[in-house]
Amino acid sequence: MEKGIISDQKIWRVRPEWPFLLFLVFVVAAYLGLLLLLVGANMLTVSWSQASEILKDADIQHSITLTFVTCTATAILSVLVSVPVGYLLSRYQFRGRALVDTFLDIPILLPPLIVGLSLLILFNRIPPSACCGMLAGGALIAAIWGAARKGNGIVIQFLVGSAILFGLLSFVFAGSQRSLEGIVSEVGFPMTFHPLGVVLAQFPVAAAFAVRTMRTTFDQISPRYEEVAMTLGCNRGQAFMRVVLPLAGKGIVAAGTMAWARALGEFGPILIFAGATRGRTEVLATSVFLEINIGNLPGAAALSLLMILLAVSTLLIVRCLAGRGGAV
Amino acid sequence: MSGGILVLEQVTVQAGDFVLSPFSLEIREGECVALMGPSGCGKTTLLETVCGLREGPVGGRVVLDGLEVKNLPPGARGIGLVPQDVVLFPSLTVREQIEFGPKLHGWKPEEIKERVESLARDLGLEGLLSRLPEGLSGGEARRVALGRALALRPQLLCLDEALSGLDEARHDEVLGVIRKMIEREGVTALHVTHSKKEAEAIADRVVVMD
Repeated sequence: MEKGIISDQKIWRVRPEWPFLLFLVFVVAAYLGLLLLLVGANMLTVSWSQASEILKDADIQHSITLTFVTCTATAILSVLVSVPVGYLLSRYQFRGRALVDTFLDIPILLPPLIVGLSLLILFNRIPPSACCGMLAGGALIAAIWGAARKGNGIVIQFLVGSAILFGLLSFVFAGSQRSLEGIVSEVGFPMTFHPLGVVLAQFPVAAAFAVRTMRTTFDQISPRYEEVAMTLGCNRGQAFMRVVLPLAGKGIVAAGTMAWARALGEFGPILIFAGATRGRTEVLATSVFLEINIGNLPGAAALSLLMILLAVSTLLIVRCLAGRGGAV
Repeated sequence: MSGGILVLEQVTVQAGDFVLSPFSLEIREGECVALMGPSGCGKTTLLETVCGLREGPVGGRVVLDGLEVKNLPPGARGIGLVPQDVVLFPSLTVREQIEFGPKLHGWKPEEIKERVESLARDLGLEGLLSRLPEGLSGGEARRVALGRALALRPQLLCLDEALSGLDEARHDEVLGVIRKMIEREGVTALHVTHSKKEAEAIADRVVVMD
């Protein structure tokens, strides 16, 4: 045998790779094929002329505008909430953290319809005194629980203060027969069956997704940055603002985009809480529903395609940000 | 024990399952002490306790320049830290890294400029002031971290295995810079290291933790 050449007997037998590769390709192709068929079905149902006709409809144009405005408002609100919540969950170890974490995931786990139903009941059936009473009770239980487990003094003081405040408000509203909707309408922010209600209906689920994104973002930023900043004279807040927030920029954009996309797909809560009034509270998701209801299948398909286009563009932005090495 | 710029008296730390046995140490003003010991003996934990970065119960006394600092936040202790993983702020240029502390403490712009330029000259960073950390080599990044830690003229400089991960040539170069800067700035230093050679090269005294 020549030196440097391995004889056939010395080569270990390895089974061929192609069956496994074929299995992977089959599963991926089957799944992508299904998605392609779903999009294709819509495309084959509508012609260019039908699509352009429905997009010229004044009510549909209002619906598209309202969709953009409400999704953007929901995304901004979601980011404003998700940044501090995500940071708290990422950086602070406290008793009851798992409970808070689970509670924040509830909007993701629940059927969206229940969010709408809960909002409808809260704003129209529960008197403000009961709302304040519930908040006071919740804050009091959390304060007692925190005190029993020797939790952070400032947090416990805040909870006790909140319990007292909501307790007092509960007494103030005790005689009132008005609903929460009555009160917010009086101060100029009507919610139920009103465009503002669309944002409120979109917000819980969109914010829950944004919180998840922000938490992952902060988890990926080493706490060492804050520690070094703190040795240089920062307090936690300054370290967050000067060091962590600039690093979380791409994550914030991703959280906002994710919230925007979730808000775009929201349907159940909007239908129940804000309604689907043409030219008033109608958004793209409800437009599809209304077009089906009046038997205009090509119109519904054209709007579906528009929503698919928007969703795909949004997801591409997120993927693009993640691909550029952002903490997403 | 008294008179040292840093006095640790029977310091104990509990961090999760790890408990640091009572440890005492005194460092005189201007002295450079190397702290050595096997992995997991608590060198970094002790350093972080001195810097105020450890959350959790700390026993004993941590005295800096005659003041008990156990309950002071990290930024109020007057300590400069060069961490093992360097931790330069990714979005700030080299100049902004060094300015970070002085700006935060409200130094006048001309004082900041003068301090940054003086440190950049001493550390050989003059040509790098507008660069971001991603464009720096390991040795340059260490020198920037040293400049950032020294900018506020701390009373104690803590170096946590600041030379780990550097190749031999860079290691010796940065070691020389650290030694020079400690002498030039007249700063008291606590240097945590694994390397006996490094400890002997840099420190006036070597303390071994069990």
